[in-house]
Amino acid sequence: MTEKKYWKWKEIETHTSINDLPPVPLSLPNYGSLGETGDWRTFRPEIDKSKCNKCYICWMYCPEAVIEIDKDGYPNIDYVYCKGCMICAHECPKKAIEQVREKKEPEGE
Amino acid sequence: MTELRSELKESVRIISGNAACAWAARYARVQVISAYPITPQTTIVEKLSDFVENGELDAEYIRVESEHSVMACLIGASYNGVRTYSATSGQGLAYMHEMLHWAAGARLPIVMGIVDRGMAPPWNIWADHQDVLAARDTGWMIFFASNHQEIFDTTIQMYKICENPNVFLPAFVCLGGFIMSHTQQPVHMPDQSLVDEFLPEVPKNGWPHFFLDPDRPITHGNLQNPGGPNIDPSCWYYEYRYLIQKAHENAKQVIIDVAKEYQKKFGIFHGDLIEKYKCDDAEVALVSIGSLADQAKIAVDNMREEGYKVGAIKLRCYKPFPTEQFQELAKKIRVFPVMERSMAFGLIGGIVSIDLKAILYQHPKHPFVLPVIAGVGGRDVRVEDQIEVLKTAVEMAETNEFKTELIVSGLHE
Repeated sequence: MTEKKYWKWKEIETHTSINDLPPVPLSLPNYGSLGETGDWRTFRPEIDKSKCNKCYICWMYCPEAVIEIDKDGYPNIDYVYCKGCMICAHECPKKAIEQVREKKEPEGE
Repeated sequence: MTELRSELKESVRIISGNAACAWAARYARVQVISAYPITPQTTIVEKLSDFVENGELDAEYIRVESEHSVMACLIGASYNGVRTYSATSGQGLAYMHEMLHWAAGARLPIVMGIVDRGMAPPWNIWADHQDVLAARDTGWMIFFASNHQEIFDTTIQMYKICENPNVFLPAFVCLGGFIMSHTQQPVHMPDQSLVDEFLPEVPKNGWPHFFLDPDRPITHGNLQNPGGPNIDPSCWYYEYRYLIQKAHENAKQVIIDVAKEYQKKFGIFHGDLIEKYKCDDAEVALVSIGSLADQAKIAVDNMREEGYKVGAIKLRCYKPFPTEQFQELAKKIRVFPVMERSMAFGLIGGIVSIDLKAILYQHPKHPFVLPVIAGVGGRDVRVEDQIEVLKTAVEMAETNEFKTELIVSGLHE
């Protein structure tokens, strides 16, 4: 998996009082600010590289921006953050993304 | 956008109140207009579409499917740091109510013309303040113009006030449906270059703090948690709401300064937050808003001829409320009749009279506030009606007794 690029923002501010708040709150892009959302998944999208024609439509449509392009030019899904919405599978013109039900280990047993 | 700049010479135009709104937006060089028609506002956006179509105004003109979308459109545009304008009335204003809260909460300097009209049912399209006063706690600044010249001047002034970094609030400029919107008056318009000097161009990179830029990805208006006694970096909702209140407090001085600056530059003064008329030695001052306020001056003149010490106060700015000015006036004035085209259902009187009562309740002189409902749904309010109200108020001042709780003027019983 490619190395994580964490967003660095120079103007990032931490506020301690109402007097130094800007007029409106802003949120900056941040890698996984909600935690590791991959475990929300019911279905896992799996890319069949033999069918993929590298059109990158999945990359463009991914609402969570968890699809990255690897060295060989294939899309690669980051399963740590992919929530399994399956939009990529729905949009894929080559039907190269398969919908696989996640099998979760029962917890605490 | 292209570098198209239409220059306008100083002139006097005999135009309708709606045209005065459109001309003011043109002089202010608004960049985005979003439009949905509703009587009696429609001719404002019609006139603006003429300006855009003829190439006289370099603006994006966006036609949308509802008033809710009108405001959503302007919010999006204003986030990008451009000057925006639209207009609406009555039910349309009610329909965009949700977005009004967003515009104020996002602190966007949007200016909108409101041609106030009665709320349905039954259908009514004539002057009535119920629609705009129902939006009083959205965080918007609310201004009432009382003649066509004032519509034009106030709209231009509003851009300067709203875009002040200490304010950053949206504002309504209200005019009465048909009584002002569809009647003609001469309006003096200054040279375009003077307006350009008065209203600087909007910053090229958008408003400080909150413009949208693809190279600087940000999100606005995200969830803020409730928080507890300790400071938490994700719990500032309460504080941001309070900052809107502080912006209203800051706006009071800015409104006064801008009115003075406008007078210096153009020689026209309509009052700042309020306009006092013959109030110096008055014991009774008739408070009114919009077109009633200009007519009140005639009523006051007639009463003065008969020797009564009365004056008139035009409430030019309703939000922020001119609390300090009224507390100062209350040191000398005994009775404030408040005449308005609205009703605070379940309370006694109109909406403004309730607010005035609230701010004067703890005043050491305990002045009387006499609520007067008049002209609801555009019903004629005659000078005689205003004189009658003033006479009741004078009687109250002389006897120092709060005899009348409410006057419902012009109602057919």
